[in-house]
Amino acid sequence: RRRMGAAQRTLQFEVTLLRGTAWHGGCLDMCGDAWPGAGAVEGLTRPERHSGHATSNEQQELFCQKLQQCCVLFDFMDSVSDLKSKEIKRATLNELVEYVSTNRGVIVESAYSDIVKMISANIFRTLPPSDNPDFDPEEDEPTLEASWPHIQLVYEFFLRFLESPDFQPSIAKRYIDQKFVQQLLELFDSEDPRERDFLKTVLHRIYGKFLGLRAFIRKQINNIFLRFIYETEHFNGVAELLEILGSIINGFALPLKAEHKQFLMKVLIPMHTAKGLALFHAQLAYCVVQFLEKDTSLTEPVIRGLLKFWPKTCSQKEVMFLGEIEEILDVIEPTQFKKIEEPLFKQISKCVSSPHFQVAERALYFWNNEYILSLIEENIDKILPIMFASLYKISKEHWNQTIVALVYSALKTLMEMDGKLFDDLTSSYKAERQRYAAAA
Amino acid sequence: MAGAAGPGTGPGAAGGDGDDSLYPIAVLIDELRNEDVQLRLNSIKKLSTIALALGVERTRTELLPFLTDTIYDEDEVLLALAEQLGNFTGLVGGPDFAHCLLPPLESLATVEETVVRDKAVESLRQISQEHTPVALEAHFVPLVKRLASGDWFTSRTSACGLFSVCYPRASNAVRAEIRQHFRSLCSDDTPMVRRAAASKLGEFAKVLELDSVKSEIVPLFTNLASDEQDSVRLLAVEACVSIAQLLSQDDLEALVMPTLRQAAEDKSWRVRYMVADKFSELQKAVGPKITLNDLIPAFQNLLKDCEAEVRAAAAHKVKELCENLPTEGRETIIMNQILPYIKELVSDTNQHVKSALASVIMGLSTILGKENTIEHLLPLFLAQLKDECPEVRLNIISNLDCVNEVIGIRQLSQSLLPAIVELAEDAKWRVRLAIIEYMPLLAGQLGVEFFDEKLNSLCMAWLVDHVYAIREAATNNLMKLVQKFGTEWAQNTIVPRVLVMANDPNYLHRMTTLFCINALSEACGQEITTKQMLPIVLKMAGDQVANVRFNVAKSLQKIGPILDTNALQEEVKPVLQKLGQDEDMDVKYFAQEAISGMSFCFLPWAVTVLLSVSLVVAQRLRKLDFPVKDSEEPCAPGADKNHFLRPREDTGKVSAFDAKARDLPSPGLKCGQGAAQRNRAARVASEEAVEAAQFRGTDAAKVSPCTDHNCSLGQC
Repeated sequence: RRRMGAAQRTLQFEVTLLRGTAWHGGCLDMCGDAWPGAGAVEGLTRPERHSGHATSNEQQELFCQKLQQCCVLFDFMDSVSDLKSKEIKRATLNELVEYVSTNRGVIVESAYSDIVKMISANIFRTLPPSDNPDFDPEEDEPTLEASWPHIQLVYEFFLRFLESPDFQPSIAKRYIDQKFVQQLLELFDSEDPRERDFLKTVLHRIYGKFLGLRAFIRKQINNIFLRFIYETEHFNGVAELLEILGSIINGFALPLKAEHKQFLMKVLIPMHTAKGLALFHAQLAYCVVQFLEKDTSLTEPVIRGLLKFWPKTCSQKEVMFLGEIEEILDVIEPTQFKKIEEPLFKQISKCVSSPHFQVAERALYFWNNEYILSLIEENIDKILPIMFASLYKISKEHWNQTIVALVYSALKTLMEMDGKLFDDLTSSYKAERQRYAAAA
Repeated sequence: MAGAAGPGTGPGAAGGDGDDSLYPIAVLIDELRNEDVQLRLNSIKKLSTIALALGVERTRTELLPFLTDTIYDEDEVLLALAEQLGNFTGLVGGPDFAHCLLPPLESLATVEETVVRDKAVESLRQISQEHTPVALEAHFVPLVKRLASGDWFTSRTSACGLFSVCYPRASNAVRAEIRQHFRSLCSDDTPMVRRAAASKLGEFAKVLELDSVKSEIVPLFTNLASDEQDSVRLLAVEACVSIAQLLSQDDLEALVMPTLRQAAEDKSWRVRYMVADKFSELQKAVGPKITLNDLIPAFQNLLKDCEAEVRAAAAHKVKELCENLPTEGRETIIMNQILPYIKELVSDTNQHVKSALASVIMGLSTILGKENTIEHLLPLFLAQLKDECPEVRLNIISNLDCVNEVIGIRQLSQSLLPAIVELAEDAKWRVRLAIIEYMPLLAGQLGVEFFDEKLNSLCMAWLVDHVYAIREAATNNLMKLVQKFGTEWAQNTIVPRVLVMANDPNYLHRMTTLFCINALSEACGQEITTKQMLPIVLKMAGDQVANVRFNVAKSLQKIGPILDTNALQEEVKPVLQKLGQDEDMDVKYFAQEAISGMSFCFLPWAVTVLLSVSLVVAQRLRKLDFPVKDSEEPCAPGADKNHFLRPREDTGKVSAFDAKARDLPSPGLKCGQGAAQRNRAARVASEEAVEAAQFRGTDAAKVSPCTDHNCSLGQC
């Protein structure tokens, strides 16, 4: 969410810069050259506006004309064509942004249709095929949107429009409908992170203001995720959508609806299997923890779900899973903890003895967490027998000295919790080893 | 044994009846419950054995309910289970009891994991055929209906694949219900389900009565083709092919064409791409008249589409489209309506488009005939031969045979030569490799004179390329050339130059001589082999580098059958015996291998060797450890390590380095990814080869580290 704030600051900054230019001067020469389709407007806007301020009616008319003009699209793949027209459109968009953000009472009912039309015409498009068919979001540079100089301003205008005190959802819902949202959601697949950032803010605002669209938006995000998990394994905007969901989950009423629980168990948990988990794991874990904070009874199924999808070969993902488990343990209730301690600590005991030292290290960091330690202590009779053998073994065998040191301190902590049990386990472990050695 | 029997329930009881023959089965059943996934998996894979042992009755009453309960297992186990159950009809008592298999498969068809679900559907389709018509209506159809109205999208998705197998065998009333269910899935709320329905639409249409196709399938098709999601719309294009085949020309025009026209101009490039990709199928399905009126203009648009992906897909179809036009008037259509667009594509901005075109454009010459080819196509070929992208040039060269038939290759030879020479020296070894593969073809078409004059020296230069894959290909190339031009030519041009390399200071080049001899001896025949090649091979037996020596042993084994007995006894045998006593263990090994391999040539001396136990053991080891020979992976220049690091592929020993290079992706992988991994693997291999070489004794002095990533030799 910090990034969202940054984007907004940028916006503010640019707007202050723009204050110097006056809308009331009326006509910047927006039709001076070959801007296609501009001919009709030319006659209307040309006349002697340069001198005085336009009246309110005239202003409104001019506003709509400019909106209509901005529906004209340019080819940015050809970087040298229509340069002058492109510049005029850019300036006009800037004017529009400033107009709606500095004036009150300019978003009148009759303007909504033109506003939404202009926005749709500019941002809704079929995203082009990726330049790089094997695009790997973790390694490759994204292809940036060529028409960004215009699209950026359209997004800014859109945000100003949504955030304006004059904005009335009851009128806007005639234009910002399900089809509109559907198209907006498809844009989240854009490879350009700047665009996704804007989309995130826009969608968040729409979710906040249009109560009637909320269920629809959730369902569509659901579909996008399912497609991502089970069909394409590719969607650029997963992290952004999860970020929005994080704040949506926060606002869920209690008790949670079955729909929401299903979303958690059938969408968010399976999402952990995705190849590109690293790209959105922070947001995903945040959503999961939000759910558990809302309803602690979900802890057991969630942890069992994570254990089911525990990475078998990818150490990087394993480290992420451990991080998420720690976040969950941070908020877990002791009664819930008892329900999952056995399978969970079996997995943790496998992790601490992982030959990959980052995995072992991440698991051993649990022993630095006060709350986890208190949970372990309460249940030491269950947990120590599970953990003992692997801890004891790696304290002798692990190749990495840092791990050995961490294991020693973990063993020490456990010993202090229940010295008697520790001694019993030590002697039975040694006895077994001897038996094994004798048999061999 | 007691452990095998579950507490009171399930087929575990099999172990409890005291029949010892069931003991292994009890173990298998026990393992079905084991904590270790791998053991459960092993056991599931032997499910038919378990069922066979239990008998049909107990399989039905005990095993199947037990399996139905395991549905909460790991996906991997479920996948194996879904597959097994497809072949289980016999084991539950034949077709009369096939319906017993439905409950577990129904659960499997609803799980989340796509591969499991797909496998369950596949098995269900298989089993549906084994149901009697009565059982089908009593058991199978209700299952399909349950799935089709399931809560979660997974079951509805699975249902889509089952309609077409039960429809043809159902009664009329049930058929109407089935159609009704399919209709509702086509307008399902969830796009996943609509996609599944759209992808089965064509298949379903084929089993329907023509009237129903017109009255029901067509509206569904129209709806799906204008779905809000392009991923659904593009699947409708596929269905279009099947539907179009079922309808008469008039119906087609009225019912399907408006939608197809719309798809060809869809705002999403993915849909347009699909139209381009399925163009030939569509063309065949709609027939010549509609092709002329509708498809040709659509094709023109696709060829100048704004997305390169679409243009490339369309370019790929140019030849097929032209071939499939009715012969009458074909030339005019191509000349006036297709060729102008092709000309544009030759200088397209995207190399994939150009390369797609280059891979098919030569095929037009046979269709257009000599004069048109010379006048219109030849300039295009020549331009493409000079294209900046090597793939375009390669694609042209690889299809020269089409042009050769029509106008002869001479027309092109002036431009051809510089193009070939440039590719032959390309910095990328894969490009060099590709052009070598076309050499025999080119040689055949250009004739021996032209070849000797212009290309022979290239072929010889490849023999000393610094990438093993190139040298290997060059060796095979020589063999094919000899097959084409004959032994006399070989004796005059190739053999002397190959044999000179035996004295090269670089041991890798000396080994190349041996590889060439291996390849050429058969084509050259006994006389040349005995008189010219054998002496050189024998001389190399005294080489100071062990790698050369054991390759001598291998070469001798290879050319042995071509030599006469006299030479074998007098010359080959003593040398092999000597190598059999070599100080280097690998040389010894291969010498013995050669002797035993040629034992029929010089019995009885070899018998003793043959019986040597160590050899048998070595061979067994080899079989166990090496199911795949390195040489079967041509993309990995790392294969060259063999000639460096002994022991080699045949010795039954693996170095860490071997293991890494072997860890190559299977061809089934997505190609881009596979190639990337291969590159990485090759790089690792080459670096390690260098290290290993420096570490190893004899040759290390000569070897300096090499910077070329494709070079696995460490010596360029």
